[in-house]
Amino acid sequence: MENLIALLIAAPLLGAVVLLCGGRRLDRTGHWIGTLLAAVSFGIGVALFADMLGRSADDRTLTQNLYTWIPVEGFQADMAFQLDQLSMTFVLLISGVGTLIHVYSIGYMEHDERRRRFFGYLNLFVAAMLLLVLADNFLLLYFGWEGVGLASYLLIGFWQHKPSAATAAKKAFLVNRVGDMGLSIAIMLMFTTFGTFAFGPVFGAVGEASEGMLTAIGLMLLLAACGKSAQVPLQSWLGDAMEGPTPVSALIHAATMVTAGVYLIVRSGAVFNAAPDAQLVVVVVGAVTLLFGAIVGCAKDDIKKALAGSTMSQIGYMILAAGLGPIGYVFAIMHLVTHGFFKAGLFLGAGSVMHGMNDEVDMRKYGALRKYMPVTFVTFGLGYLAIIGFPGLSGFFSKDMIIEAAFAKGGTEGWILGGVTLLGAGITAFYMTRVMLLTFFGEKRWQPDAQGHEPHPHESPKSMTIPMVILAFGSVFAGAFFEIGERFLTWLEPVTGYEHGNPPVSAMTVTAATMVMLLAGVGIAWGMYGRRPVPVLAPRGSFLTRAARRDLYQDDFNHVVLVRGGEHLTRSLVYVDHSLVDGVVNGTAASVGGLSGRLRKLQNGYARSYAVSMFGGTAILIAATLLMRAV
Amino acid sequence: MSTLTSAHSLWTLAADTPAGRIPAPVIEYAQLAPTLIVVGAAVVGILVEAFVPRRSRYYVQVFLAFAALASAFAAVVGLAAGGYGSTKAHIAAMGAIAVDGPALFLQGTILLASVVAVFTFAERRLDPAAHGNRVDSFAAQAASVPGSDSEKAAVKAGFSTTEVFPLALFAIAGMLIFPAANDLLTLFIALEVFSLPLYLLCAVARRQRLMSQEAAVKYFLLGAFSSAFLLFGIALLYGYAGSMSYAVIADVVDGTITKIDPALAGTMGNDVLLLMGGALILTGLLFKVGAVPFHMWTPDVYQGAPTPVTGFMAAATKVAAFGALLRLLYVVLPGLRWDWRPVMWAVAIVTMLAGAVIAVTQTDVKRLLAYSSVAHAGFILAGVIATSAEGVQSVLFYLAAYSFGTIGAFAVVTLVRDAGGEATHLSKWAGLGRRSPLTAAVFAVFLLAFAGIPLTSGFTGKFAVFSAAAQGGAGVLVVIGVLSSAIAAFFYIRVIVLMFFSEPKADGPTVAVPSPLTMTTIAVGVAVTLVLGLAPQYFLDLAGQASTFVR
Repeated sequence: MENLIALLIAAPLLGAVVLLCGGRRLDRTGHWIGTLLAAVSFGIGVALFADMLGRSADDRTLTQNLYTWIPVEGFQADMAFQLDQLSMTFVLLISGVGTLIHVYSIGYMEHDERRRRFFGYLNLFVAAMLLLVLADNFLLLYFGWEGVGLASYLLIGFWQHKPSAATAAKKAFLVNRVGDMGLSIAIMLMFTTFGTFAFGPVFGAVGEASEGMLTAIGLMLLLAACGKSAQVPLQSWLGDAMEGPTPVSALIHAATMVTAGVYLIVRSGAVFNAAPDAQLVVVVVGAVTLLFGAIVGCAKDDIKKALAGSTMSQIGYMILAAGLGPIGYVFAIMHLVTHGFFKAGLFLGAGSVMHGMNDEVDMRKYGALRKYMPVTFVTFGLGYLAIIGFPGLSGFFSKDMIIEAAFAKGGTEGWILGGVTLLGAGITAFYMTRVMLLTFFGEKRWQPDAQGHEPHPHESPKSMTIPMVILAFGSVFAGAFFEIGERFLTWLEPVTGYEHGNPPVSAMTVTAATMVMLLAGVGIAWGMYGRRPVPVLAPRGSFLTRAARRDLYQDDFNHVVLVRGGEHLTRSLVYVDHSLVDGVVNGTAASVGGLSGRLRKLQNGYARSYAVSMFGGTAILIAATLLMRAV
Repeated sequence: MSTLTSAHSLWTLAADTPAGRIPAPVIEYAQLAPTLIVVGAAVVGILVEAFVPRRSRYYVQVFLAFAALASAFAAVVGLAAGGYGSTKAHIAAMGAIAVDGPALFLQGTILLASVVAVFTFAERRLDPAAHGNRVDSFAAQAASVPGSDSEKAAVKAGFSTTEVFPLALFAIAGMLIFPAANDLLTLFIALEVFSLPLYLLCAVARRQRLMSQEAAVKYFLLGAFSSAFLLFGIALLYGYAGSMSYAVIADVVDGTITKIDPALAGTMGNDVLLLMGGALILTGLLFKVGAVPFHMWTPDVYQGAPTPVTGFMAAATKVAAFGALLRLLYVVLPGLRWDWRPVMWAVAIVTMLAGAVIAVTQTDVKRLLAYSSVAHAGFILAGVIATSAEGVQSVLFYLAAYSFGTIGAFAVVTLVRDAGGEATHLSKWAGLGRRSPLTAAVFAVFLLAFAGIPLTSGFTGKFAVFSAAAQGGAGVLVVIGVLSSAIAAFFYIRVIVLMFFSEPKADGPTVAVPSPLTMTTIAVGVAVTLVLGLAPQYFLDLAGQASTFVR
């Protein structure tokens, strides 16, 4: 079976190569090829999954060593894959949701003349993401990590004719570079400390390293995770990334790629377990981002940006859970999977709405769409109920477990974290209810678009609605399926380890508190957007609203601190370079040039001078030879 | 040293056996086939000049030269495959010529380089046709005075100097013997056999004939001067050892031969003769490789000679001369290495630095490449000094890599032309990359290889040479070598910058479209440069297998 692992990656990679190199002759069939190959990957994933279930829990890890990638003495990197329960979970999520979104894109991108290229990029993304989660060493993981970064860059900027899309792509790329730097430094530190970067040997040797070194590695890994998963302080790119086509937002910037940071931290659990300081920073980052994203999500009128804020916030939950250590790893991944379902569903729903509304994204210009788009309304509604944690739906179980685990951290920390996660649940309920109300309820607030076309909202084609329906099923049932009989915990525990925490309050109390927050959030949103008519033009709003609209001044902060600071730094460096470095360099060059000019004069063109030079040279040669003997 | 002094005390016995009967010479024709084929073809070429009608001479000569070089190369490959490079290596032709790994490798390199060089000799599409006749790079009638009526008549009649092909073949034959010569007399004869045709070839440029003739005279005078040194050195060595044979001289140096020729009783074993003789022979060889201070002919001759000849000379002469130098130092004088190594150190250092530094202010492409070849001679000397198998291997590899790049680079020079023929002044190359991106890119590849940029053959070669030198304990030499490479990189890259980042001049030169002949030369140059840079291991191994001298 292990020989199939490489095929998981090979199928979409083949698709990417064929579609990107195939040229125009594939324009009419390209999307089918792309979708088929993604589906093939999913099929192989399912086969491997069935095989894995057939084996006992401690015998489920498969490895495949394709070849030695970098064969240097003392520096071995293998093109080797490792498929354990954690990777399997991701494989199914990536290829499953990936395939659905491929199907969805067939309809969504129907009128785009560069659709073939779009599917090529999507396949490239799937291949790179699978490589990321299947790698058995950090260097190969890094390869996949950069691959998804590239695919993300290409897809955010897919509509490159829009300057905003090009800028957003560049921004995502640059911000991610910072995180990628962290990952590469972490790998280098690992190599100097352990002499290897393969998962097994590194995690096995954690006990031999000093805690300081492990903390450093952990913090660098966290930096990487922050970049990829849009966590504070590297969160600024995610909102702008919504410039990409909506299926991209659903697949890459909601369900899969942005969760790579969570994967990285859970995968490196052994390092973090031995570095409590790094873990603390992870938890703080998660908690801050959780609130940051939620607050931003409350103020955005752009439906995709509101959902992007929500994504940030939900990943904050996961990072927080991952930072809790063995009591949280399993729940981080479980929330990741359920979130993959409902957030992808929500984005696809948003895409469906935009599709029907002439690509309008401002929710203030929606309203009353439930009658016109019943399927979208129902699937989006189920996703909505799942994300706010409506009892019985996916989000209810997975988020509840994280909140409990946060309380179980113990001491003041536990109370603070528990409080933050509870507050986050309340805000989630508020902003998601707001999205729901603005979009599907109330009165029509439709406006003609720039060309004067009145929108005629209609239900989207089957290729779009079917994936939404499937994802809605996942949003509803996945949580319960995982939770009943602790299936997910039993499944993942052999890889990530598990410790049962003891929350200072009972599980029932936590659930009850969550319900109270939920109701409060929904109630406030209803009060603000359900009972009163919604103005088409956004009111000025309170200070907090304005701040949240500007993403809590993240870009202003970055501009003042990083851009200006960077400019000053480069200016001083340029000065040093001009005056000092160039001085030395130019001085050397000038002296070489001067010497050259002088020596050149010896070459005067007279054969007699040349002969003298030869004669002198011979004399010196003989004299030197004789002298050597004499000495 | 110690062996030498101990040897002296043993030289007390007089030679007691009188010279016996003179044995009939045995010549292993098959093993000398590469040289014999080329010499034979050259002789046939002379007959062709005499008997074949003028119209068809060009075609016959080109075909003959190509066929001879190709079959000679096939013979080299056959000999190598037959084990003559390794297990069956021995000394043929009554001790005159060695058939061994280095000899075969160098002969193969010379032959292949000559094939592509002869292609550029045969190029007839670069200049516009004169009076309806296609013209090559050579004078219509070399004997007519430049600018005279006789010259005009010759041009009008469509004459061409097809003698260049047999001349080149003679030169090649000499070059094939030069690195294989196993006694001093053969060495000298080979030197003259390849030098004299080269003097002539330098003089027969079609354009700027006076400059070409001046170059030839200078080359001849200085070449004769250096031959005199070499010959004097040979005489001194004979006086020291009583023999011309490499092996015998080496044995005398080592002290394994203790008998003294009664006729030479006054001089034999006198170390002053040995040291002076060795130094004088070195002088002659260093002149041919163009090492400082014996390099001064190179820029003038490279500039004046017809460019195809320059490329041929720069590549093939260097291979042959370094081959002879290697054999001299590794076979004849290894016992003396503590004496010659410091001197050669100094020569290598001065050569690398002077070549690189003077090249910085050159304004003519051909002169620039001439100084670059001086600097390269210095780099190769660094490998020679290593006195190890790795040293031989690195030098063999470097020579192969360098010669194809050089011929290719000079072939590109022949393409860039204006009304006066080749536009060799660097200012005219400004903006070439805008007008003729492909030509400029190809030239840039050669320049990058000369500069030793990774992924080109130049890097592999430099790396091999410097690592051999470092292993041989010449760390200082390597540091100076790398510094000179840095200086050299400046002027190579300056040309690239000039070609790609300067505005083209309004009256700039045009790039002629060559025939498939020159295209092949350039393509082979690029291919070798890239293959030896990207996948050098096979060729390094080949050079490594060929690195043992027979003695």
